[in-house]
Amino acid sequence: MDEKKTLLSVKDLKVSFFTPAGEVKAVNGISYDLGYNEVMGIVGESGSGKSVEAYSIIGLLQSPGKVIGGTIEFEGENVLEFDEERMRQFRGNKVSMIFQNPMTCLNPVYTIGNQLIEALMCHDKGYTKEQARKRAIEMLELVGINNAEKRIDQYPHEFSGGMRQRAMIAMALICEPKLLIADEPTTALDVTIQAQILELMKDLQKKENTSIIFITHNLGVVAEICDRVSVMYAGHIIEQGPVNDIFYEPRHPYTKGLLASTPRLDEETKERLIPIEGTPIDLLNPPKGCNFGPRCKDCMKICLREKPPFVEVGEGHISACWLHFMEKREEEARS
Amino acid sequence: MAGYIFKRFVVAILTLLLIMTITFFLMNAVPGSPFLTEKSTPEMIARANAKYGLDKPLYVQLFNYVKNYLHGDLGTSLKMQEGTAVSTIIFHQGKFTLSLKLGLYALALAVVIGIPLGCIAAYNRGKWIDGFLRVVTTVGVAVPTFVLATMLLVVFAVKLKVLSTLSGSLQDFKSYIMPVISLSFYYTCYVAKLTRTSMLDAINQDYIRTARAKGVKTRALILKHALRNSLIPVITYLGPVMAGIITGSFVVESTFSIPGLGKYFVQSVLSRDYPVIMATTVVLSALVIFMNLVVDIAYKIVDPRINLITKED
Repeated sequence: MDEKKTLLSVKDLKVSFFTPAGEVKAVNGISYDLGYNEVMGIVGESGSGKSVEAYSIIGLLQSPGKVIGGTIEFEGENVLEFDEERMRQFRGNKVSMIFQNPMTCLNPVYTIGNQLIEALMCHDKGYTKEQARKRAIEMLELVGINNAEKRIDQYPHEFSGGMRQRAMIAMALICEPKLLIADEPTTALDVTIQAQILELMKDLQKKENTSIIFITHNLGVVAEICDRVSVMYAGHIIEQGPVNDIFYEPRHPYTKGLLASTPRLDEETKERLIPIEGTPIDLLNPPKGCNFGPRCKDCMKICLREKPPFVEVGEGHISACWLHFMEKREEEARS
Repeated sequence: MAGYIFKRFVVAILTLLLIMTITFFLMNAVPGSPFLTEKSTPEMIARANAKYGLDKPLYVQLFNYVKNYLHGDLGTSLKMQEGTAVSTIIFHQGKFTLSLKLGLYALALAVVIGIPLGCIAAYNRGKWIDGFLRVVTTVGVAVPTFVLATMLLVVFAVKLKVLSTLSGSLQDFKSYIMPVISLSFYYTCYVAKLTRTSMLDAINQDYIRTARAKGVKTRALILKHALRNSLIPVITYLGPVMAGIITGSFVVESTFSIPGLGKYFVQSVLSRDYPVIMATTVVLSALVIFMNLVVDIAYKIVDPRINLITKED
């Protein structure tokens, strides 16, 4: 397994929602590469564009949302140029997705088995009905559902929340996709079940060699499962790097703020959490300069005038902030 | 399931008894007599009343009705076809079959056309075809049957002369066209509206997004995933309508001169033919009750979450 080779390459992706009030630039020029067998976390607060970005990869953007620029290359092919039928065959087969709320994501009037088998049969893989059923049972066993032979004929309402999310994962992986997009898969579950599902995903990722894009606003979850992290703010990636760098040496003021506002259970401090002051910007009228500028306590004049460029701050670790740019220039001047 | 159906059967018998009682008192509360004509004298009426047992106290009369019904005897007509058994009038003279056929065809048309139209409108929400269908269905729901029936008669029978004004006993395909269209148009439009609304609700559910993410084809998305989930309101509506469509066909049967049960039912009330009123009411009520049971079972088939047998049972 060549970890360096690129599976997915997103370049300058722009997605806008055309609302009566005007154009909302939900994703405004993001780029990243994802390797085979790599797990990347996308973190950010609500409305930062993390789900919209994922939906554009799998072609699930709903009107009035529209990709207006950039490319999404999957194994060298631009996904955005696929026609409808090609996109349909791509979805669920090469890339699949699991969602936030397992309680509503399964169709209540069909059995779990029916829905799993459907996922397999709508991509012509030459399975007969019996083979497909066998495969579905195998998948249910793989995700840790006991008594799969019997449970396959049950309806979603006979499953608990955690079990349903397991079934969703089984359904997502049944076609052996190369990429799994997990959109906050643990948010709707209680903490113990959350841990079980994460453990399961980590396990399966290793067994099935699937790359994962893990979207969440939960930093704890990111630390648990991801190799690399992209931090999103207001439609931009503002910092990206290996998971340890992001947690131990965050560079961007927003990432620092996020970490400072996260409660820690491992240290016994009586200190108050430090919130990030202010509110996210209005995406209808984004500021001219850095999107985080108006909330940043280190904001300079240039931050309000121009968008900051990415600066490499470590190996594979980039951050978009004028502070780094200044530091780097000073360093260069000194040497 | 068998236990459930048995329970419903017992309840149905009780319901029918109640309906008989109410019908009995209502029809006796209406002044007039089946034997009242311009020539009849009070003695003649009294004699006729005595002959048919109408001089007995009301509770005895009601008791006799119930007793005879339990024996399968629906009584004899007092006026409309004097002396003929009511069961013969309803079932053997083709009246019930005629109305039933007309009703079933109209219902089938409402389902076969209404549901797909609703799906098309929902799938193309906001586009011209949705707008067009919305106008048509709104008009369809608003236009009374007698207006539509008369319009069809004027256009196709009087002006174009392609169809006959008299549909009679619906012997051939042509004679069905106008009655079935006039009877079903309202229901077709209503079903289309209902389907559109519940389909729109279903289309925006999370499981539709999941199905799309799996790579399910658009057709299967609508027909398999969305439609089944949006059928409940439609089924709820169709059950009682089924019975209503048969009695409701009075206007259509009159307009197109079809000797069906709907028309006969109204005539029996006008001529105070008590046994006929009672029998038609009971037969139609039984039909409504039966359709309600069918609807409840259909619910269970469409949506496995619905539990017919409650925990107390």
